Amino acid sequence: MHIHKLEKIWLTIGITMLFVFLAILGVSAFAMGVKPPSEHHHQLDPAKVQETAPFDNPGLHQIGDNEYEAVMTAFTFGYAPDKMEIPLGATVNFTVTSQDVVHGFAIPGTNVNMMIVPGEVSHVTHTFTKPGEYLILCNEYCGGAHEYMKTTITVR
Amino acid sequence: MDLNRTNHHRFDLKDGKLVVAHILVAFIALLIGGIAGLLQTMVKSGTVKLPYGIGYYELLTAHGILMAIVFTTYFIIGFLYSGVSYTLGGKLLPIVHRMSWLGFAFMTAGTVLGVIMVLTGKASVLYTFYAPLKASPYFYIGLALLVVGSWISGWGIFWQYKYWKQTHQGKLTPLFAFMSVVTFLMWQIATIGVAAEVLIQLIPWSFGWVETINVMLSRTLFWYFGHPLVYFWLMPAYICWYVIIPKIIGGKIYSDALARLSFILLLLFSIPVGFHHQLMEPGISSFWKYLQVVLTFMVVIPSLMTAFSLFATFELNGRAKGAKGLFGWVKVMPWKDVRFFAPFMGMLIFIPAGAGGLINASNQMNAVVHNTLWVTGHFHLTVATSVALTFFGITYWLLPVVTGRVLTPRMNKLGIIQTIIWCVGMFFMSGAMHLVGLFGAPRRTAFTTYEGNADAAAWMPYYVFMAIGGTVLFIGVLLMVYNVFALLRAPKGVEEYPLGEAMESAEATPAYLDHWRLWISLSVLLILVAYTIPLMDMITSTTPGSKGFITW
Repeated sequence: MHIHKLEKIWLTIGITMLFVFLAILGVSAFAMGVKPPSEHHHQLDPAKVQETAPFDNPGLHQIGDNEYEAVMTAFTFGYAPDKMEIPLGATVNFTVTSQDVVHGFAIPGTNVNMMIVPGEVSHVTHTFTKPGEYLILCNEYCGGAHEYMKTTITVR
Repeated sequence: MDLNRTNHHRFDLKDGKLVVAHILVAFIALLIGGIAGLLQTMVKSGTVKLPYGIGYYELLTAHGILMAIVFTTYFIIGFLYSGVSYTLGGKLLPIVHRMSWLGFAFMTAGTVLGVIMVLTGKASVLYTFYAPLKASPYFYIGLALLVVGSWISGWGIFWQYKYWKQTHQGKLTPLFAFMSVVTFLMWQIATIGVAAEVLIQLIPWSFGWVETINVMLSRTLFWYFGHPLVYFWLMPAYICWYVIIPKIIGGKIYSDALARLSFILLLLFSIPVGFHHQLMEPGISSFWKYLQVVLTFMVVIPSLMTAFSLFATFELNGRAKGAKGLFGWVKVMPWKDVRFFAPFMGMLIFIPAGAGGLINASNQMNAVVHNTLWVTGHFHLTVATSVALTFFGITYWLLPVVTGRVLTPRMNKLGIIQTIIWCVGMFFMSGAMHLVGLFGAPRRTAFTTYEGNADAAAWMPYYVFMAIGGTVLFIGVLLMVYNVFALLRAPKGVEEYPLGEAMESAEATPAYLDHWRLWISLSVLLILVAYTIPLMDMITSTTPGSKGFITW
């Protein structure tokens, strides 16, 4: 099949850029660990969330020097725990699951954004370097009062 | 070329009725979906409160299904049947004609049943119907009928194509028909996912025959279908851009072979890519996500080919008309012909729309925009502008052609006005959605201040802009629906079916492009590579399933 010279140039530049771009995504994911959140870790019975560790004790647990694990459950239409206070500069590992339907978990102004699927546990890590009140909201439709589903984190 | 001979016959008016029926249902869906859309933007900006207990999410479900599924599918089938009838013998075979009406009956029964379930509040699950939200089983049955109906119509196209090939041994199939077959082949392979989800998982579960559902599996089957769905909308628009537009501007198709090759690439790279809609969720490992991201981006190649071909057609045609200078050819394009202007605006808007799509699919970068209004803004540029404006542009000549009428100068002018209204409305609405999405404003969410949260308060002005855009767009919907009915009352006459021909200098099309077994095998192979291991992982998972929830 004949391809015009100008089209060959156009396609060569375009496809080269494409592969450079994909290489950047790949290197940052696998060499630098900047992967999409909530990789496969472990699963649980969605009907028994409140009896299953660690979700039998939701809340903020210190696990290191200014590092915390936030164990949270999402449900229609809220999150447990309801409010959290975090020291400035703390790194928080969020461990979240759902008690019922699929929910979202996003903190506007940060890159924290993941799906919460019943039976699965989602993970994301964020370091809070600015003080203030952070909104956690559900950004996946979960039912009639979906727009009220939120909680807040205070960083001080 | 063979195309020359078939180019000037009259359209079969019996087949024309079939086309009109599909186009009419499409635009009725557009009208009802448009009303729902207008109300949504009003509610979201806090401008109005819904009376009579109407829920925001019922409107949202109806809007999504009527616009994204019903409007598009009916229009596509009507448009493709017109081209198949016209280029493959000038008339549908009697059996194909019956198959198409049967498909139409199935689809319409399914649509009516599904929409009734939504409007009566038994299925406020949005058009993605994610389990374990549990709708009435009759909602899922309606969806199944809709899909099965579209299959029957697709099989009719395959039948007509096969018959034509048998009776035209050794001849190159018409480009329009080739592209129609690729489109429905892709649709056939892609809908297997959603059919499996609905028939094997959702229907038995919503009837209560089984207690629980494997949620990750259902999401994966849905998105196996959900991304190719967007190519199902796009490919008929590409048919217009590749085959119809060159004729309307008085030029030629740049290269028949490259056009076919780009469609084959779309077939191969549209399906094994659903994980890029699931990047932010658990249950799928980073490796498989990244692999499907790479496959997703392969669609850049046919997109670059298409962009080159289209603009090569424009420029060569302009220069043939005597245009001088680097951009002199822009001036000689038929800007005042709605058959060109509306699809061209769609084409132009596809450039930013496609760029937004690259951002969405960019693996970890998706975290910035996932489930925000950015995504809503994105597909209102792609399907609701690029595709919709192209379909509108097609309507202005298609309805006259298939009913033996003419496109009058008045209708042409109304069409130009409608196109401008649409672009202005979408500039405000989609523009505001993109911006506020970057700040984290969630999609699919009714009016809320999150108890007076400061971040959320800053989003409100953008919602007002969305409502302004939505209002302008609704005027566009009303004008378009008026135009459709006015076109059906246009004066009798002969309107040409604008079917492009390849340039004389273009080389013969290689025969391997017509080797369906090869392309189907390659497509299946890519799907198996991308999906087998993660799917096996989900199917064999020991996680207990979810029971259903009705949370609305």
